[in-house]
Amino acid sequence: MAKTAMIPVDNGLLAGLREFLRQVLARPEIAAVLVPCQLPMKAMVMPTLVSDPEQLSAANPLAPVFPLNGARVVTRLTRKEAGRTVVAVLRACEIRAFIELVKLKQGRREELIIVGIDCLGAYATKDFLPLADQGIEELTGRFLQSAMGEKEGELDGIGLAPACQACVNPVPDGADLIIGLLGADTGRALPVTAATEKGESLLENLDLPGGKAPEGREAAVAALVERRMARRKAMIDATRALTDSLEKLTAYLGACVNCYNCRVACPVCYCRECVFVTDVFDHEPCQYLGWAHRKGAVKMPTDTVFYHLTRLAHMGTACVGCGQCSNACPNGIPLAELFITASAPLQEAFDYHPGRSLDEKPPLAEFREKEFEEVVGIK
Amino acid sequence: MNDFEPTVIAFVCNWCTYTAADLAGTSRLSYPPNVRLVRVMCTGMVDPQYVLKALLEGADGVLVSGCHPGDCHYINGNYKARRRIKLLKALLPQFGFAPQRLRLTWIGASDGIEFAHVMQELVDQVRELGPSEAKTKMVL
Repeated sequence: MAKTAMIPVDNGLLAGLREFLRQVLARPEIAAVLVPCQLPMKAMVMPTLVSDPEQLSAANPLAPVFPLNGARVVTRLTRKEAGRTVVAVLRACEIRAFIELVKLKQGRREELIIVGIDCLGAYATKDFLPLADQGIEELTGRFLQSAMGEKEGELDGIGLAPACQACVNPVPDGADLIIGLLGADTGRALPVTAATEKGESLLENLDLPGGKAPEGREAAVAALVERRMARRKAMIDATRALTDSLEKLTAYLGACVNCYNCRVACPVCYCRECVFVTDVFDHEPCQYLGWAHRKGAVKMPTDTVFYHLTRLAHMGTACVGCGQCSNACPNGIPLAELFITASAPLQEAFDYHPGRSLDEKPPLAEFREKEFEEVVGIK
Repeated sequence: MNDFEPTVIAFVCNWCTYTAADLAGTSRLSYPPNVRLVRVMCTGMVDPQYVLKALLEGADGVLVSGCHPGDCHYINGNYKARRRIKLLKALLPQFGFAPQRLRLTWIGASDGIEFAHVMQELVDQVRELGPSEAKTKMVL
């Protein structure tokens, strides 16, 4: 039976969560807490590694923005033994991406306790910036009201990022401790449930009243997932119609300038050095002339569609749908829609659910003797 | 499109299919010249990227061909290749590539006759499909 305690939030959700994190940080075995914090110099929220409990007054894990996927940050903290344990507060998609990276031995699950909070989504970073001018805490409050109500996060006519609207995994299943927003009485207390032994032993040492998950939680999760499923299907259908031929795909990617920001932002683009920045693509000048001659015209820089298709082939099975590719694109190409759409059949082909379990190997990292015989032969 | 001559890029493994191609040659068997062989040490080294590049540069068909299951010189490269082809076959049709433009076969070193037969049939099939979109349209 999973152990559940209650985080009192009568002074507000953020105050309650900050107090909870202070208690966590006070434990001698915990060296630091990695949590999104409001920056002192700018209305923005960034993952921050906090060791001074005072600094937790800037923590804001509920702000409707994540300018980068925290999985990559956590791998930096865990790739080697540090001798101390860190607690990381992550979104569900960040946890899934981290699990994918652990499978690739780029991070470690040891010396790490993951706290996940039910994710209500986030705005695209470019939409968040003007909204945040009114103050992040106030915005966070308005956002939560909208997200828990009927408007599903829409504020001042601005909706959640498309990837978030289509996200069907809002519950941070891979976390050690899961803080439940969905179905909770957010005026009084939030349930925090230990999903692993590690989580349980931390929870036992905190001074929190016991409790149980609210009865409405399952129904609230199911209702949210159902709405998101419908959105996801609509998004996939629309994107498929826009990209179902090479010509259309080329038009879809027409504004791409080969900056490769999407690859940098992608938490599961796992290569330490991407082939597209190696000398494999340092072509000789005469090669460009040759291509131009053969085809009559060649767009510069070259290999734009090739780059995106290669990325899909390399990380498509691991795509967690966090939408950071769209955030990173300087020219507003709806990349998250494309990658979520095109990855779905890849994940289906191998019945693979990225980030679900450390026991499931990446599809291209294993094989069986007898499988997929339908792809062999010329009939 | 009577004068359409398809281009087929075939990634063949050194130990089986390439040897079969060699055998077909020394046995004076003929097969269509539309096939351009790229010899690789093992089909397990064919990154999906190679296939994508070939198709985007205007190849009308791509073949990956290696040793029969259990015969791989490197023990299991062909099983890895099969997963990658599975992946590409789930990826490419989404963007309008006919799935028949990408093929995977196992042709053993002694199968010279089989090699010539497969090449003939493959080229016939690709000819039937017509030129690939990547050949006729500008690809960015």
